[in-house]
Amino acid sequence: MYAQMIKSEATGDDPEKLAAFQARIDAGEKIEPKDWMPEGYRKTLIRQIGQHAHSEIVGQLPEGNWITRAPSLERKAILLAKVQDEAGHGLYLYGAAETLGVSRDELTEMLLDGRMKYSSIFNYPTLTWADMGAVGWLVDGAAIMNQVPLQRTSYGPYARAMVRICKEESFHQRQGFHIMMQMAKGTEAQRRMAQDALDRFWYPSLMMFGPSDKDSVHSAQSMKWRIKMNTNDELRQKFVDQTVPQAEYLGLTVPDPDLAWNEEKGGYDFTEPDWSEFHDVLRGNGPCNRERLEARNRAWDDGAWVREGMMAHAAKRRAAKVAAE
Amino acid sequence: MSALFEFLCRQGDSTLILGQRLGEWCGHAPALEEDIALANVALDLIGQTQMWLGLATEVEGAVRDADDLAMRRDVWDFRNLLLVEQPNGDFGQTTMRQWLFDQFHVLQLERLCDSADDRVAAIAAKAVKEVRYHLERSSGTVIALGDGTEESHGRMQAALDRLWPYAGEMFESDAIDAELAEAGIAPEPADLRAPWDVAVDATLAEATLTRPESDFTQTGGRSGKRHSEHLGHLLAQMQWLPRAYPDARW
Repeated sequence: MYAQMIKSEATGDDPEKLAAFQARIDAGEKIEPKDWMPEGYRKTLIRQIGQHAHSEIVGQLPEGNWITRAPSLERKAILLAKVQDEAGHGLYLYGAAETLGVSRDELTEMLLDGRMKYSSIFNYPTLTWADMGAVGWLVDGAAIMNQVPLQRTSYGPYARAMVRICKEESFHQRQGFHIMMQMAKGTEAQRRMAQDALDRFWYPSLMMFGPSDKDSVHSAQSMKWRIKMNTNDELRQKFVDQTVPQAEYLGLTVPDPDLAWNEEKGGYDFTEPDWSEFHDVLRGNGPCNRERLEARNRAWDDGAWVREGMMAHAAKRRAAKVAAE
Repeated sequence: MSALFEFLCRQGDSTLILGQRLGEWCGHAPALEEDIALANVALDLIGQTQMWLGLATEVEGAVRDADDLAMRRDVWDFRNLLLVEQPNGDFGQTTMRQWLFDQFHVLQLERLCDSADDRVAAIAAKAVKEVRYHLERSSGTVIALGDGTEESHGRMQAALDRLWPYAGEMFESDAIDAELAEAGIAPEPADLRAPWDVAVDATLAEATLTRPESDFTQTGGRSGKRHSEHLGHLLAQMQWLPRAYPDARW
């Protein structure tokens, strides 16, 4: 889940309009950019879509960390293709957010000065090649869990962006699992690397779904507006149930001594992640928060002359065209 | 070592090293569109590398594969142009390096489409479609930034001056080139110089950039006789994993 802890905005609109709006959502209609919408709906969506877009952009960094060290030409090509897809997802999502009246540059500024967040998962380091497998398998796996239902979300441009994104994400997840498979059946060192990656990414992946429902104060309004489709705990449970058998298939051990199948609920019982760590990461104290934001700020600052040069040239072209007419 | 093998390594090593350099940009480009484009060009170049080096190993007798060539050779066995191993520098230097190479690459691949060796012609036919797009993009960016602001103009001129001594190596012809030209497999690089000059001068004029006066040329990349110090560091990063775990399959 690339959007966490999205606070829904209170809304002070005309009750009649609000009721009509809610009726459209309840009837499963899509809300389009030119339609009337409550201010709170618009603001909450900007925050959610923006955070999702930022996650795609910052998410290039932990994976880009391994492009230059990919172990074969094929793996390098696949990783390049994947990271390129992710930047593309960022682009559609910023596009979807722009339909709500906020520009990509405004959103970018808010990411760079810390007013907006990105998913906590990208503040963890990628230390070995197995992490490229674990990120695809677990992180993209968790993202898909959240994004598949969002294809039915109430806001049209977001739902349509999600359809394209989901197709590519499921491909990424298979690629990640394939890396893990190759390593799990590989040498002793590769198996150790694979287990180590699972050990480090398991709990941070569970955190991607956000806090436990009992502590998740913002969900109700978002679920009513159908911009959040399932609760955090529902999705986390689904993710664990899907992933544990995959780990078993790989011959890897999920780092949770209390993990056990619960016949009665038809799902696994598992240990919750350490929520104090989660909140630390959100507060900027994750292992890589500083590096990630520094890298994005540097790219933006170092690139200023390029963006200005491009704009200046485009303006000269326009002026020359006008003069010629 | 056959001349054809040597030629195929020259092709594949240049695309590999340039693709590797572009991969270093991931997540650090000046705009999202540039991140996407740089990764896309890198991906095309790595794909072309798989084809060129794959054919090289086939020609050699299938004793090793393309990954062995990419990951298990040292500096002196690489046959890439010095130009493509130059560091990324700022975005202007990366763009300038790309454009100087793309302009050559398109001309070369267009000729290779008529190669007497069908396998070479087939790779060229696929690659030329990709590389025409690379050129369209890199020349457009050189023009925009050359003509943009005072700062962007200054940076692009500095990049051109910095990289110009590496351009001439693309047109250097040696005994291997002569043998391939004789067999109708590949054009003499020297024959590509005149059309390259015409195209480059046209783009530089539009970009308001000044072609450096000296045509002094650094050589030693495609012959493998003297690479720059940069290549060893690039290989150390690129080859580290397969070399550290020589028995592993990934």
